[in-house]
Amino acid sequence: MATGPALVSILRQGPYLIASIHTALDDSQLIRFQKDLIDQIGRYRSRGVIIDVAALDVLDSFGSRTLRNIAEMARLRGALTVIVGIQPDVAFAMVSLGMGTGSVHAALDLEEGLEYLDSRLPAKDVGRAVSAPG
Amino acid sequence: MNQEHTLTDAVAADFPTLDRQDEHQLLPQLVAHLRQHRTKLRQEWATRIHDAHLLDAMTPQEMSTETTSVYDNYVEVLETGSVEALQHYARDLSERIIPRGVETHEVVGIVLLLRDVLARSLFEKYQRDFSLLNRVLDAYEPAANRIANTVAVSFVDERERVIRQQQDAIKELSTPVLPVRERLLILPIIGVLDSERAKQLTEQLLTGIRTHRAKVVVIDITGAPDVDETVANHLVQTVDASRLMGASVIITGLSPEIAQTLVTIGVDLSKMNTIGDLQGGLEEAERLLGYTVARRDGSGG
Repeated sequence: MATGPALVSILRQGPYLIASIHTALDDSQLIRFQKDLIDQIGRYRSRGVIIDVAALDVLDSFGSRTLRNIAEMARLRGALTVIVGIQPDVAFAMVSLGMGTGSVHAALDLEEGLEYLDSRLPAKDVGRAVSAPG
Repeated sequence: MNQEHTLTDAVAADFPTLDRQDEHQLLPQLVAHLRQHRTKLRQEWATRIHDAHLLDAMTPQEMSTETTSVYDNYVEVLETGSVEALQHYARDLSERIIPRGVETHEVVGIVLLLRDVLARSLFEKYQRDFSLLNRVLDAYEPAANRIANTVAVSFVDERERVIRQQQDAIKELSTPVLPVRERLLILPIIGVLDSERAKQLTEQLLTGIRTHRAKVVVIDITGAPDVDETVANHLVQTVDASRLMGASVIITGLSPEIAQTLVTIGVDLSKMNTIGDLQGGLEEAERLLGYTVARRDGSGG
């Protein structure tokens, strides 16, 4: 298991977790990222996860599989995942090699990702204020 | 000049033995002979071109002008041994006749006919002395071959230049990515899609999606006459790649032929969102984006 400073920042934004990958990760770093993220979904009771890969200029098969796995695990923990910021070159390389994000939704950038989650999740989960009954 | 050649010619005819001592005199002699019988040989050549149905695209007048220039150029190359002027002329000629549909075999054909006509006349002239004829042909053949070669290469070069020019033009025009509404792009595809163009198209589309922050892209292939398996798979990949960038793609204008081809060759298009025509595609795109378009008088539209 990789140690040292995290190469991925996982920020909490209301009901969502925003994970930004800053640099290319090797396999063990990816596994560590996966574990951290799945942990935090439970801890913060998050309903949505945004994984930002805009800084990556390459995404290999293990990377894209891990992203798909994370999305599936997040779903089991009750959060919807969206991947944002895939670069044009990366996108085309991925489909050429027969990799994709599977059923995981992808969006152009962080803003789009947030909008997608807002539109897909019931308003009561998104709304910050819970009105008292009566 | 002509007078002088004619004189040498006459001497040579009278004393064929003289030539044997002076090998390098053969070519000038030969050239003089061809100049002397220019009208007759050219006429013969023109008749044979006509009989062989070559250069049918040209009028008799043009034929006469062109054959005269080709003949003179031909003889000049034999004389000087330099193909530069001929090259220039051949290129110029090609430039004029390619747009009129003259084929490579015709151009090569007429040069070979001329070569044949001239060789026959040499046979006739030197048939009395076989070894002299042999040496004359030794001098004539390489030069004649070089001429045929030069003309053919110049023609093909010119043709390739035209093709390259057209390819560049097509490449420049080929794949405009046009924003029609905020976050909506259309990509009309006109002309044959080869894999080179398909690649370029993907690149431009993906870059366009990022620049215009597009959410929906309509690819209209009404103008594409044919789609083969490679290109179809490339389209599928383009659609997938666009999805990875958060844009959904609508394909419109699949012709009946293309639809049949795609299903027959078994391209998996299940993930593709296709709509009959560009109009329908735009309406669907507007619906996805939440636009409603209504006519002011309320009569629908």
